[in-house]
Amino acid sequence: MTWTSLDTGIVVVAAVSAMASALIGSFLVLRRMSMMGDAISHAVLPGIAVAFLATLSRDTAVIVIGAAAAGVLTAAFTQLIHQVGNVDRGAAMGVVFTTMFAVGLILIVRSADSVHIDVHTVFYGSVELAPLNDVVVAGVRMPRALLILGAVFAADLAFVLVLFKELNLTSFDEDFARSIGCNARLMHYALMVMVAVTIVAAFESVGSILVIAMLIVPGVVAGLFTRRLRSLLVFGQGVALVCAVGGHVGAITVPRWFGLTDTSTAGMMTVVAGLVVAAALVVAPERGLAARALHRLRAGRRRSVGRHRSVGRHRSGGRRAQAPRQSNTTPSISFSRR
Amino acid sequence: MSYLPTWEQVVRVLTLSDFNTRVVVVGVGILGMAAGIVGTFTLLRKRALVSDAVSHATLPGIAVAWLVMVALGGTGKWFPGLLIGAAAGGLAAIAAVMVVRTVLRLHEDAALGIVLSVSFGVGIALLAMIQQMRRGSAAGLDSFIYGKTASMLVSDALLIGVISLVLVVIAALLFKELNMLCFDADYAASQGLPVGVLDVLMLGLVVAVTVIGLQAVGLILIVALLITPAAAARFWTYNLRRMTILSALIGAAGGFVGAALSALVPRLPAGAVIVATTAVGFVISVLFGTRRGLLRLIIERRRSDRRIRREHLLRAAFEQVEGRLGATPNRADLQAAAVDRTQLADRRGWTRGELAATLRVGHRDGLLQPAPLDPDSLRLTPAGAAQALQIVRNHRLWELYLIRHAEVATSRVDRGADRIEHVLEPNLVAELEAELDGQAESAAVAASPHELADPQELPGSAP
Repeated sequence: MTWTSLDTGIVVVAAVSAMASALIGSFLVLRRMSMMGDAISHAVLPGIAVAFLATLSRDTAVIVIGAAAAGVLTAAFTQLIHQVGNVDRGAAMGVVFTTMFAVGLILIVRSADSVHIDVHTVFYGSVELAPLNDVVVAGVRMPRALLILGAVFAADLAFVLVLFKELNLTSFDEDFARSIGCNARLMHYALMVMVAVTIVAAFESVGSILVIAMLIVPGVVAGLFTRRLRSLLVFGQGVALVCAVGGHVGAITVPRWFGLTDTSTAGMMTVVAGLVVAAALVVAPERGLAARALHRLRAGRRRSVGRHRSVGRHRSGGRRAQAPRQSNTTPSISFSRR
Repeated sequence: MSYLPTWEQVVRVLTLSDFNTRVVVVGVGILGMAAGIVGTFTLLRKRALVSDAVSHATLPGIAVAWLVMVALGGTGKWFPGLLIGAAAGGLAAIAAVMVVRTVLRLHEDAALGIVLSVSFGVGIALLAMIQQMRRGSAAGLDSFIYGKTASMLVSDALLIGVISLVLVVIAALLFKELNMLCFDADYAASQGLPVGVLDVLMLGLVVAVTVIGLQAVGLILIVALLITPAAAARFWTYNLRRMTILSALIGAAGGFVGAALSALVPRLPAGAVIVATTAVGFVISVLFGTRRGLLRLIIERRRSDRRIRREHLLRAAFEQVEGRLGATPNRADLQAAAVDRTQLADRRGWTRGELAATLRVGHRDGLLQPAPLDPDSLRLTPAGAAQALQIVRNHRLWELYLIRHAEVATSRVDRGADRIEHVLEPNLVAELEAELDGQAESAAVAASPHELADPQELPGSAP
């Protein structure tokens, strides 16, 4: 493996986009709206197309505005269909994002004569090329993608820090939040805007596949290890970083084993994300397979000890061993039922 | 820009005179039908988005199938082989969703998202490697992502049509069982139905539709065929059989028209056009659906608004003149009493505009008429007086009920009754009468249990 400054550039861009997605995506996971990440990532296409066709400029600001509008529309249409038709929220989302994606695709293909947007570059923008397109800002040469993603990451961070209390409240208990005068609906749509902006910023540089994985996986994995929002968000950043570094290392090493040169870094990052989930499946405290096996083992030993003790003594020893062990973090989860 | 098709071309496509077009259009139509039927069940089982994870997971399945076929010495172009790989990928995705969901106790939504994104990423990583290989022919593998109806081979279309028909037959044979599963899984289990097996079978149907639809609409949009027709059908009926048939029709129409359109107009992405035509069906359903359509909801809302307005008007009129009527007001006295316009508005807190609108409703429905001599006051018509007695009676029955049985303070009952009086059904009124004995025999209106608004403005209305 030969590591060049190009590789460093790729990893930095990938890491910033992954961390931005992880930060904002954790709230989607907490609100049980993970699939909204997938939906919005498809639904921004007509937003981008319309913004582009209307202004004929490739200006990032224009595209971001179009995407944000599309994100809000997705959320609003989903809500409308869900409420009016009493259609399951997931299905409503499915109808909205596929329709918007189809419309976007038609718009782009039909207008291919006058303007050129390649669907492929919109969705599979490749992080490998990101360091090649650079700009000079305040005397520092950096990839253009890094500039955009850095700005979006900063915006996400500011959003989360300024509205931390509101986000925390509305994510965990919307009714309570509303009862103490927090505008839950506004928070919902604000979050959708931030998600759409993050997604579209990452599209240009790293492609959509990565964004969806990075929106969901870090939040889910972090949620298995901690229950506090603050530590969940920090943990998520760590997972995102691991995916970015591991993904690129994997992308330039693994294919060599098969005599090939390399593969897509974004693809490999999601592979690493998958491995992280698999690892969490085993080692997560309380819910992981290892923790369960260990618990079963202990419970079994205690049960046998209890049975042993109960000979010649009162019978409650055995019964006590079978009683559910109080888990000190989340009492609601009991293993004894299984 | 685009070239509109000539009339002859339109006729040629619509009458299916071109063999290739005929096979593709009919094949996609049958696919739409199968997807509509299967989608009905997943929608009602609230697992519509499973198809999204399944469709994304077909990509690594296809890539692996290609690798296997190339390793065995083939070119990797054998279509059924790729489909088998896609199906294996879809089934693996369902298994993975179940594992992640049950072991980690995650919400289905998060499990779907993880499986979807990770499997798609794996697929992209594999495709990127495949494209560097010198063996086999990897061209066209990524056509599965967006679909390629236009370049569909006749044999592919036939395969799609035949498998879709088989799926339709399976769904028809198991209709009763799937019906029970969707509406009440616990009840189905108590009746001895193998719920787990049925669930897996339903998801198997989803995988089958997804796999055969890849070629036609692509893996990102196949989800639409499985969700949109069923969601559209939901706006028209509450009956599952009708909903399934309707969903099948909408799906078939979407597939047929979409494929025909993309055959007619150059440079239209077929998959997207199919999804867009189905979406048109959906929008029509949302607007005009006879059960939950927006139009129906608006009409119903307006109708009930009008009724409430009318009833408020009548009660306001009654309460205004009540003091002049004596202990047991009857219809004749009520008709004779003059009702003052401005006092009506004051009593209900109506603005001038609201009062005018309400009075228009009252006039049109023949409840009120102008008093013969005094232009500022009104009189109730016989119909209006009868309805007024009825509505005031309902209102006061409910107030009494609240006071006696719900122990609501006397001063607070008016508001509650104000809302409920419009929806009191005759049988509920009868029950209330029986409950509040003494009211039953004399079908008369009792005096209000509380003070009626501002006494200065309302001479004679003693508490």
